[in-house]
Amino acid sequence: MSRKDPQGPSKGVSSTVLPANKLVVDGVSKWFRTPRTTVHALDNISIEVSAGEVICIVGPSGCGKSTLLDIIAGLTKPDTGRVLADGELVIEPGRQRLMVFQEPSLFPWLDVFGNVMFGLNLCPELTRAERVETAHRFIALIGLENFEHAHVHELSGGMKQRVALARALAPDPQVLLMDEPFGALDAMTREHLYDDVQRIWHDSGKTIVFVTHNMREAACLGDRVLLMSSSPGRIVQAFDIPLSRPRSIYDAELVGYAARIADALRGRTGGGVPE
Amino acid sequence: MRRFIAASIFFLGLLTLWQAGAESGRWSPVLFPSPWSVGAYLWDALLDGTLLEAIWVTLKRLLVGYTVGAMIGLPLGLLASSSQTLEDTLGALALGLQTLPSVCWVPLALLWFGQTEGAMLFVVVMGTVWSVIIATDHGARTIPPIYARAARTMGSRGLHLWTMVMLPASLPFLVSGMKQGWAFAWRSLMAAEIFVTILTGFGLGQLLHYGRELNAMDQVIGAMAVIVLIGLLADRVLFSPWERFMHRRWGTNIG
Repeated sequence: MSRKDPQGPSKGVSSTVLPANKLVVDGVSKWFRTPRTTVHALDNISIEVSAGEVICIVGPSGCGKSTLLDIIAGLTKPDTGRVLADGELVIEPGRQRLMVFQEPSLFPWLDVFGNVMFGLNLCPELTRAERVETAHRFIALIGLENFEHAHVHELSGGMKQRVALARALAPDPQVLLMDEPFGALDAMTREHLYDDVQRIWHDSGKTIVFVTHNMREAACLGDRVLLMSSSPGRIVQAFDIPLSRPRSIYDAELVGYAARIADALRGRTGGGVPE
Repeated sequence: MRRFIAASIFFLGLLTLWQAGAESGRWSPVLFPSPWSVGAYLWDALLDGTLLEAIWVTLKRLLVGYTVGAMIGLPLGLLASSSQTLEDTLGALALGLQTLPSVCWVPLALLWFGQTEGAMLFVVVMGTVWSVIIATDHGARTIPPIYARAARTMGSRGLHLWTMVMLPASLPFLVSGMKQGWAFAWRSLMAAEIFVTILTGFGLGQLLHYGRELNAMDQVIGAMAVIVLIGLLADRVLFSPWERFMHRRWGTNIG
């Protein structure tokens, strides 16, 4: 993350993107058109993410946060605005930005090892031996070394999401995009996975964009938490979480931050109880 | 082993009932032959080569017709699943023609192709193709889109996406489409063989047909038994391995 010495005060277009900005979302808007109505999903969203930063995006269901993540991944095209990754325009999905989905996305025709190998097989710079070694390493990292040849349906929900995490981490992406990855899991499993994510972040220094509707999850994982409002989706407030890591979701200070985010959201949604 | 014993007892019981019925003398042995006389007929037919010849001719026709039908049906089914317009046109056509019993193609095939192998092939292909289209189309629509999305973020596209993701993801419905097609091909072929009497090959359906002409009930029942056995065997040999594989991987019995 060493910032290169700029060759004097540079002028012109290229200087608008600083090298430390891993990811820039620049004025992104998105509308969904159906024959009956047009939904304004995202309205002029701009985010800058530094290398190694963990950004959490929270908001009520249907505020467009998953759409925003799809656009960052390159799976969906924005109607206006653009996304830059390392200063380059994102026009299609690429393995520099890998995604962990909320829905089960592991391939049932492959076992755990095969799923982790899938992304590695698409890395032409690696030899076969390097791929196998990397797959073993990441499966060990998530603690499933005894389940390498288990079939997907034999795993619990938490194990599946761990494998999905390993599959996304193994090809060594610059940015990890996580779309409510733990939303469908029970609280105990989730807390384990918070520790896993924090440990992996500490060891690898990945840039992470994490979408959730859980305030404490956001306060636990994020360096910064961005609060989104719905229809149209806008970033309405940003919170810095300057707590030391690793964090526990039972930490009183952390709960305080989560409460502040929840209050802000409640203010926006007019007294309703946020999810 | 327990299952095998139970099945053996069941089928031996059926045979015993049959034998008892034949021995009771209530029905003419010409119309109700005993299992022994059917067995004797099958043994003789096996020894003089007519049975093996008929099985070989039939299987050859079945394999050719089925392969052609599946090769036309699978891509058309995938195509139908890919757009609403094709679903409304091609899909509707397939649905309509699939309801037509395959024996209804026989008159048309006879007028178009005469008493030839071509007529036979045509009936089998027509019997197979529509059900394969429908099964494939339906299955392809139910592949979770998340698989393609996940694969694309990992850099998979084009040929890799189709062969490494879409094809294996569609395996459960491909197998059920192929199985459906097999069942229909088998039925169509028997209909065709009974109605299309040609000199280029003497199949099991024709064996059945001439059994009727000759009033040879042991031949009729013998041919029927062989037809049932081949159907069962095909299911075991062709489809069971795939279904077991999917059951292991997917954890459900989708096939």
